[in-house]
Amino acid sequence: MSPKILLESRQLVKRFGGILATDHVDFQLPQGARHALIGPNGAGKTTFVNLLSGVLTPTSGEIFLDGVNVTGWSARRRAHAGMARTFQINQLFADLTPLETLMLTIAERENAGWSWFRPVGSRSDFVDEAMSLLRQLGIEDIAHGRVGVLAYGKQRLLEIAVALAQKPKVLLLDEPAAGVPEHEREQILDVVAALPGDVALILIEHDMHLVFRFAKSISVLVNGGLFVEGTPEEIANDPRVRKVYLGEEEVNV
Amino acid sequence: MTDMTLSHQPSPEAVKARAVLLGRSRWGIAEIAFWVIAAACYFLLPTKLSLLSEIAILGLLALSIDLVLGYAGIVTLGQGAFFGIGAYAAGLAAKHGAGAGPWSDPLIGLFIGGGFAALIGFLTSFLVLRGSDLTRLMVTLGVALIVDEIVNQAKWLTGGSDGLQGVLPSPVLGIWDFDLFGRTAFIYSMSVLFVLFVIARAIVKSPFGLSLQAIKGNPLRTRAIGMPVNGRLVAIYTIGSFYAGVAGALAAQTTQFASPDYVAFHRSADALLMLVFGGAGHLYGGLLGSIIFRTMQDVLGNITPQYWQFWLGATLVGLVLFVRGGILGLLAGLRDRATRNGGAK
Amino acid sequence: MLTILLDGIAYGMLLFILAVGLCVTLGLMNFINLAHGAFAMAGGYLTITLMQQAGVPFLVCLPAAFIFAAVLGLLLERTLYRHLYDKTHLDQVLFSIGLVFMAMAMVDYAYGANQQIVNLPEYLTGRINFLGASIGVYRLFVIVICSLLVIGLQLVLTQTRFGSRLRAAVDDGRVARGMGIDVTRIFAITFAVGSGLAGLGGALGTGIISFDPTFPLKYMIYFLIVISVGGTTTITGPFLAAILLGVADVAGKYYVPAVGGFIIYTIMVLVLILRPQGLFARGPAR
Repeated sequence: MSPKILLESRQLVKRFGGILATDHVDFQLPQGARHALIGPNGAGKTTFVNLLSGVLTPTSGEIFLDGVNVTGWSARRRAHAGMARTFQINQLFADLTPLETLMLTIAERENAGWSWFRPVGSRSDFVDEAMSLLRQLGIEDIAHGRVGVLAYGKQRLLEIAVALAQKPKVLLLDEPAAGVPEHEREQILDVVAALPGDVALILIEHDMHLVFRFAKSISVLVNGGLFVEGTPEEIANDPRVRKVYLGEEEVNV
Repeated sequence: MTDMTLSHQPSPEAVKARAVLLGRSRWGIAEIAFWVIAAACYFLLPTKLSLLSEIAILGLLALSIDLVLGYAGIVTLGQGAFFGIGAYAAGLAAKHGAGAGPWSDPLIGLFIGGGFAALIGFLTSFLVLRGSDLTRLMVTLGVALIVDEIVNQAKWLTGGSDGLQGVLPSPVLGIWDFDLFGRTAFIYSMSVLFVLFVIARAIVKSPFGLSLQAIKGNPLRTRAIGMPVNGRLVAIYTIGSFYAGVAGALAAQTTQFASPDYVAFHRSADALLMLVFGGAGHLYGGLLGSIIFRTMQDVLGNITPQYWQFWLGATLVGLVLFVRGGILGLLAGLRDRATRNGGAK
Repeated sequence: MLTILLDGIAYGMLLFILAVGLCVTLGLMNFINLAHGAFAMAGGYLTITLMQQAGVPFLVCLPAAFIFAAVLGLLLERTLYRHLYDKTHLDQVLFSIGLVFMAMAMVDYAYGANQQIVNLPEYLTGRINFLGASIGVYRLFVIVICSLLVIGLQLVLTQTRFGSRLRAAVDDGRVARGMGIDVTRIFAITFAVGSGLAGLGGALGTGIISFDPTFPLKYMIYFLIVISVGGTTTITGPFLAAILLGVADVAGKYYVPAVGGFIIYTIMVLVLILRPQGLFARGPAR
C-alpha cells in the first residue's frame, strides 16, 4: 500500500495581472516525502510555496491538506492543521530573543497563546522543549540575546527552529541554506535528516549538492508550470532539464 | 519523540532559561521604590494632591496608549475618544444615579465608564486591523472627531460645549467622601492606577503580551505560526479602550465635571506625547511621561502658556531627532552599553 | 442654493491650494507633514501684518506670502525635514506636531490669541449677481485666482520636464533614481513650492476664514480629509475632494448644522477603510 497523500494541489493557478506565476500545477506529496522543488530563477517556486502555505490566495484550483480542502483557509488555520514553513528572507521578531520566539510558537501550537495572567516561562515543559530545539540547532548559547543583532547564519537556523517548533505534518523549507556559511549548512542538513520519518518535506534550493544529498524525489518548475518530476537520477540525466539550466548553473552530480 | 522522555528531567540549561524568563516578571527594587514614593507623596506633598491625582489619571491614559501602540504597534491618535466616553458615561451615571443605592458608587461608575469605552473600542477595533500606520492614524483620529461631534451636538445628554454639570459621585464604597483637599481623590485614583497597572504588567509579561510584541515585529510570521493576529489586536484594542475609559471616569469623578475638552484632539495628542517622552513599549513610559509632562506644564505654564507650548514642541522635535525611545529607551540603551563594555573587560 | 454652491466651491478651491503641497509631498516621499498648516498660517499672518502695520496693498501681499512661505519651507526642509524621511510615520507625526506647537506658541506670543481680521480693499468687497445668484466679489476673486493656479499646476505637471520627472518620482522613487533623476532635489523644490502655495492660500484665506493661532491644528483635519479622499497619486483627485469637501462643509453648516461635521468625518473613515488609495485615485484599490 502506498503512503497516504498529505499535501496535494489540483490545477493550481495564480495570476499577477497578465503574468501567469503558477500554471495549472498538479502536485502530490506523500507522507514521509523528501521532495525538492527546483527551477531557474523566476520559475515561480516561492509563489507556489506561498499558495500552499496560505500567504497568497490562488486565482483558481484547489489545495488539500491531509485530505481536507484548505483552499479558502487562512495561513493561521493551515498552520494549526499541521503546515509549517520557513521563509526565503528571514521573517523573525527582531526585538524578541530566540528563546521567546520559540516559547511563543510552542504556546500557539498548544493553544496557550491567549494565556494572559501567568508569565512567559511558567510552563516548564515549554521551556524545556524550546531549549532542546535550540540545542538541536546548535544555537542554545544565544538563547537570550536579541534576535535582531544575531549573525545572519544564526537567524537562518532560528528560522528553521521556529518551523520545527510547530511540530508540523508538512514542512516547506524555502532556500534554508541560502547565505549560510559552509559549516552551518551541515547543521541544517543534520537537522533535516533527523526529522521524524512521517513528516512530509518540501525543499526549495539552488545548491544542487544539497538537493541531491537530501531529496528522494524532485520536481522541476519552469515558467510557473510543472516541467518534469522524477527521482534524482532521472532528473540529473534528463537532457531537457540540463537544457533549462544551461546558462543558469551547471548541474554536477 | 525523544524530547518527551527528556521533558521529565529538564536539562540544566532549561532550568536556567526558565529562571531567566521568570526573572523578567519579578518586581525589581526600582519598581517597588517607584510605588512606595508614589504612595508617600500623600504625606510629602499634601498641598499638591489634586495635581498628583491628575498625573495618575493622565498616566493611566498614557498606559492605555502604551498597551495599544507601544506593545501591539497600533498607531493611534484617537485614544482621547475613549477617555471622553468613559468620562461622560461615568459622569452621567453619577449625575442620574445619585441616591439610587449601589449604582451611584464611584467604583460602579468606573466599570460603567470603562465598559462603555471598551464596547466602543471593540466595535471600532475592526477598523484598525488592516492598513498602514498612516491609515490607522487617520482612522483613529476620524473616530475621535466623530465622538467629539456627538459630544458637542447632543446637548440634551452631554450639556454640549458647557460640559456636563452636576456630577456628584457618592462616597467611595459608601465610606470615603470626596473632600476639598483631594485626599480621597488621590488615594482613590492612585489605588485604581496601581490595580490596573499590576494587571497590565501581568498582561505584558504573559504569552498573550509576548504575542502582541511579535505581531508588532512581524505580522507575516505570526500568521505562519498559527497565531490569530486579528483576534489578538481586537483584544488589546478593547483592553486599551477600557483603560482609557476608566481614566476618563476617574477624571469625571474626581473633578466632578466632564467637558468636550476631554475628547478633543489635544487630549489624544498630549497623552501620546507623554508616552513618547517616557518611552513607548516600556511599562513605566506612560507614568514617567505624565509626571514629567504635567510638572513641566505646571512650571513653564506659570511663566506664560505660550512658553510651555513652545518648549513642548521643541522637546518633541528634539526627541524625534536625537533620542529614540524616550527617557526609558535612553536608559535601556545606556545600560546595554554598560553591560557590553563590562562583558568585554 | 446657487449662492451656497458658489461659496462652497470658493472654499473648496481655497482648501485645495492650501492642501495640494501636502498631497504631493506625501505621495513623493511618503512623508506626512502635519505642520503643513503652519506654512499657511505664516502666509496669513504675514498678510495681516503687512496690511495692518505697513499698509501694503493686498495684491502685493499675495506673492509676498507665497515667497515668504516657500523660503521658510525650503529652509526647514534642508535643515530639519530631510532627517525624517526614513523614519516611521509615528516619528514624522510627532515631529511635525512638535513644529505645529512651536509655530502656534510663537504666533500666540507675537499676536495674541484673538482672531485677526483683515480689511479687504474696497474693490474686493460687496456682492454681485452672477447667473442669478448673489455672490461676494471676494469669493469670485478667490475662484478665479485658484482656477488659474490649478490650470497652471496641471500645465507644469503635464507639459514640463520638471513635471514629468516629478510624476516619475511619485510613481516609483527607486526607479526614478535609477534613471538618474535627482529625487532629493525635486523633493526640495516641491516642498518649497507646496509650502509657498499654502502660504498663498493662507493669504487668500484671510478674507474668508478668521485667523488665530490654532489655525494649523483646526485645518490639519481638513487637509487630511482632502488627502484621504483624493489620494496622492494625482492632483485632480485632491482637487475634486477639496471641492466636494468645501461644498459639503458650507452646505452642511447651512442646512444641517447639527450633523454636518459628523457626516464629513464618517465619510473620511469609510473611504479610508474601503478605498485606502483614495476615492479618486487611479487604478483599483489595493
